[in-house]
Amino acid sequence: MNHMIALPILLPLLAGALLLLVPPNQVGLTRTIGFFSCAALVGIGLALFGVAASGRYVVYPLGNWPAPFGIVLVLDRLAAGMLLLTALIALAAYLYGLRGWDERGPHFGALFQFQMMGVNGAFLTGDIFNLFVFFEVLLIASYGLLLHGGGRERLSAGLHYVVLNLAGSALFLIGLGLLYSVTGTLNLADLQFRYASVSTADRALAEAASLLLLVVFCLKAATFPLSFWLPGAYGAAAAPVAALFAIMTKVGVYAILRVHLSTFGGEHPANDAWAVLLLPAALVTIALGTFGALAARNLRGLVSYFTVVSVGTLLVTVAIATSGSITAGLFYLVHSTFVTAALFLLVELIGEQRGDRYDALVPGPEVAQPTLLGMLFLIAAMAVAGLPPLSGFLAKANVLLATASAPAARWIWAVVLGGSALGLIALARAGSRLFWKTDRRPTATAPGGATFVRAFAVVLLLAPLVGLAAFAEFAWAQAAATADQIAHPARYRDAVLGAGYTGDAVRPLANPGGGR
Amino acid sequence: MAILIASAIGILVASGVYLLLRPRTFSVVVGLALLSYAVNLFLFAMGRVAAQQPPLISASATGYADPLPQALVLTAIVINLGMTALLLALAVRARVATGTDHVDCAGAHREQAQENTAS
Repeated sequence: MNHMIALPILLPLLAGALLLLVPPNQVGLTRTIGFFSCAALVGIGLALFGVAASGRYVVYPLGNWPAPFGIVLVLDRLAAGMLLLTALIALAAYLYGLRGWDERGPHFGALFQFQMMGVNGAFLTGDIFNLFVFFEVLLIASYGLLLHGGGRERLSAGLHYVVLNLAGSALFLIGLGLLYSVTGTLNLADLQFRYASVSTADRALAEAASLLLLVVFCLKAATFPLSFWLPGAYGAAAAPVAALFAIMTKVGVYAILRVHLSTFGGEHPANDAWAVLLLPAALVTIALGTFGALAARNLRGLVSYFTVVSVGTLLVTVAIATSGSITAGLFYLVHSTFVTAALFLLVELIGEQRGDRYDALVPGPEVAQPTLLGMLFLIAAMAVAGLPPLSGFLAKANVLLATASAPAARWIWAVVLGGSALGLIALARAGSRLFWKTDRRPTATAPGGATFVRAFAVVLLLAPLVGLAAFAEFAWAQAAATADQIAHPARYRDAVLGAGYTGDAVRPLANPGGGR
Repeated sequence: MAILIASAIGILVASGVYLLLRPRTFSVVVGLALLSYAVNLFLFAMGRVAAQQPPLISASATGYADPLPQALVLTAIVINLGMTALLLALAVRARVATGTDHVDCAGAHREQAQENTAS
């Protein structure tokens, strides 16, 4: 039973390796392996979610080396929830990709599986250097996926994305090195213990390491001033890849939750240096994302900027760092991931039917399936703008309620509400230009139109939004229980290291070579 | 020795960041390589600088060098090697596809860009 925790990492690894061996002309076999791996991950995700829902922490020491010496995988509610979310997004994105995208370049299926492996590993690991390694795995796979399909625009966007993330990795390593030098450990549970008791002389170094890591995670999450890469990269990616990337910014948010809030967080995390810096950055992110959405010239740009807005909103709840705000944030995280992924897929479905106009927000030929695409767009737009009755409304209203008692509530409400209003204008304008302002040219004949499978993939991503609204009480209870675990990191520590752990098991080595 | 290592890391980082901000892809690749060397040295130094000490338990040892940062550096080197290779391949591809080695592909033909956006 315990071994099941390693499956979300091992299964995509095996499937990906297997896919590399399949000859490229065996499209059917490739698709079958990839699909079954994605479907199995949803099953495993559900099972692990069930295990974690009991409130138990499952600790899996790799190679049976005990923590804090060996690397551990830890399953708690947060990890299980993120795993399930990733698996659902990936299944829908892969289903969509099966209709054509996987044949436009080599190794789409294998890269897709490796990407899943990296994301799942990042959620499960209980070791901060291992987190770096899984970040690299997911980034390397994402470089390949971003460039999938080729083309000049993708190459240029890909180059920026790779260089930025390599610089980010260098900062990550510097942060890790600093952290190790003052605490002598890399295990997250042990770090929690030692970070709090770092001597005053080393305090500044530890804080510097924490803030360096914040910079890295904010780069992954696309937070101002590190958010400018996202519209270019996501806008250039193939539709199923962009949909899968919807989970990637959330990995950055997850890392901030896990490392900064749970591990470095003090008695009042909202007063820590990282949270004080994060709040204004998050608010500016929302504002910039909204202006970007208003100014976007095509639908891809619009959706990309809404991704930025959703990250900003999420990080506001993280920076407030109360149990209530984290609950609202987690609910919003699930909602925003589904809706962003659905919108990225819709962009291509709509674009394909508008001929040479593609997704540009200018009058163009009428789409071939106005009812289907119009309804899907309407539902997704209502959800992303936060209109009732879908989950977007509940998520945003709860974010506002949860931040009402924060000292900066005035700013948060102004920015979030103002951003929603302007976002609504941007969406309404985009919708009317795409579907109503046709230039009376004959309907562009789409190659095959929106096939059943591709439309189904979008529906699969939109259905949870209805589900989240209909079963809001259940979802909210799960989010609250997860937030409760995040707010009590001592339980995580006890589960990994044992209740009576005092830190005597390891000490930084006595320095044989003289001063530092 | 500490001052020597510290200044070596400092110079590497400074040169790396300068090259990273240059407009041509080749300088950017070299800049990232220098930056990663600096990071490797830095990680290494974070295990405390110790000469002639064994990293593993031995009866005759008077003290130990920390083996963990060495393992970390090894991992970092492997990842860096792969990433540099990928970046080089990408830079060459971009040069061939766009006819320029500018990181923003500035100066390439506009029509080509629009043609690609539409497809």
